[in-house]
Amino acid sequence: MDKIRASLLKKSIATKIERRGKILSLSCLALIILVVFLIFYFVASRGLATFFQNHINLWQFLSGIQWNPGTVGSNGQPAVGALPMIVGSFLITIFSAIVATPFAIGTAVFMTEISPRRGAQILRPVTELLVGIPSVVYGFIGLQVVVPFVRNTFGGSGYGILSGTFVLFVMILPTVTSMSADALNAVPRYYREASLALGATRWQTIYKVVLRAAIPGMLTAIVFGMARAFGEALAVQMVIGNATLLPHNLVSPASTLTSILTMGIGNTVMGSLQNNALWSLAMILLLMSLLFNLIIRYIGRKGKLNHER
Amino acid sequence: MKKSRVIQLLGLILVGVGIGFGYTNRAHTDTGESITAVGSTALQPLVEAAGEQYSSEHTGVFINVQGGGSGTGLSQIQSGAVAIGNSDIFAEEQAGINAKKLQDHQVAVVGIAPIINKQTGIRNLTKQQLIQVFTGKVKNWRELGGKNLPIVLINRAQGSGTRKTFESYALDGQKSADSQEQDSSGLARSIVGSTPGAVSYVAFSYLDHSVTTLKVDGVTPTEANVRHNRWKIWSYEHLYTQKQPNQLTKKFITYILSEAVQKKLVKQLGYISVHDMQVQRRASGKITTVK
Repeated sequence: MDKIRASLLKKSIATKIERRGKILSLSCLALIILVVFLIFYFVASRGLATFFQNHINLWQFLSGIQWNPGTVGSNGQPAVGALPMIVGSFLITIFSAIVATPFAIGTAVFMTEISPRRGAQILRPVTELLVGIPSVVYGFIGLQVVVPFVRNTFGGSGYGILSGTFVLFVMILPTVTSMSADALNAVPRYYREASLALGATRWQTIYKVVLRAAIPGMLTAIVFGMARAFGEALAVQMVIGNATLLPHNLVSPASTLTSILTMGIGNTVMGSLQNNALWSLAMILLLMSLLFNLIIRYIGRKGKLNHER
Repeated sequence: MKKSRVIQLLGLILVGVGIGFGYTNRAHTDTGESITAVGSTALQPLVEAAGEQYSSEHTGVFINVQGGGSGTGLSQIQSGAVAIGNSDIFAEEQAGINAKKLQDHQVAVVGIAPIINKQTGIRNLTKQQLIQVFTGKVKNWRELGGKNLPIVLINRAQGSGTRKTFESYALDGQKSADSQEQDSSGLARSIVGSTPGAVSYVAFSYLDHSVTTLKVDGVTPTEANVRHNRWKIWSYEHLYTQKQPNQLTKKFITYILSEAVQKKLVKQLGYISVHDMQVQRRASGKITTVK
């Protein structure tokens, strides 16, 4: 009797193992959270120093158009206007998303609705291959092929937002495609069956039912692609020309937050205004990716509600 | 169950011992036998090659060389994180660096030449014209006697040593107009080579037949002209150390300055030996003749 009682009260081996597993996974989680927190803290502490230590006006930083932190601008303050980079980053992100979306959705529809077998056999491996190509390769092809093409077709020096858009379009296409395909696959089978049963053609089913039902998922895919485009540094840096000027057309050299960051960070001294200003750019990037994440979560939650109804 | 416990314990002990051993060993090599040099990418090939030669002659000694840019080199040496900070520019010229706390060792000289796309049809510019081109006062090569092509400026990144040198000695301290920027000499050259009307500047070691090298005021950018300061656009390559560097650092710098390295490696890699210079330049830009 006592033996049974003891064995019931004592923790079993399975419990112990379970607790150990729990602690292990919890500590992994804690470590990752700590790392994220430290990155935020570090970027914020350096990025905010521009405004608190060097007393740069936040509005001036966001709206100024002169960028040369080592020198004094026309208004007597250090020239740290980040507007050209912010505008460049946003334009290139939005344009590449606009160009990539129709292609991505078309491919996804083909892969999931029109020819699922060929889609799974050929298209999926190809898109996955595209994801795996390093960005420096995209940048190099952009430099050797896209830039001369843009120069000969549209004029200018070839470096600028247009070239960057073309390169980024190819880079984000696989991400948006495969996520859109997942979204289309997630549309319940009975939606399609019901539509076909009502006498709709395949195209009507795709257009009126499947695509409509998959909108939240596809929006998530697009925002995901935009987040990637916004953060891409190397490939864009090679084709955009890196001139801290407000772009007055699509073929004039421009710059993005990331391209100025990667170019400048090695030539500045930690703690100086030049360095702090670059950290402020990094902070903007971080906040933007945070915003993209929030948008994705928001869309995801909305989408779930729709399907439950 | 018991067996696995024993194995676990053994494993733990092994890992612990391994880490402990590694740690003590690491501390040992760090203080005795290795130094780290960080900074300028223009100087990196020379320090790397010299470091390799030095290691092969002195077994057990390691010279770690990393890039990162002149600014990184200077800030790392100022904070004492590395033994040597490589820089293209004088510490006095960099904001945020207290040059008085550092010891300057000039180990080589680099000449910088303006390069231009071949289609432009220009081979010589006066200094005044060069300044007009880079400050954006002249917009088309036609105005300078070339073909009807718009001028496309390709600058190096802000804060780059090459750009600072070019602005100080070719543009007489004037800032270049805002334009395209590239973060490496190789990329700048290939872009000038492929873009009609493009103009930039690179170190002598990057000059080749894909671009036209410009004369300035009729002076050809050659090593001999740099030695006598007839070609004005050049800079020292600096190894900065603390005021009191450790033994190995001292020995390594002496080695780089020795005839063996200066006569062979420095020339092979396209730099100009400091021993050959007929003039000396101070941080203020003042030139004196070497007797």
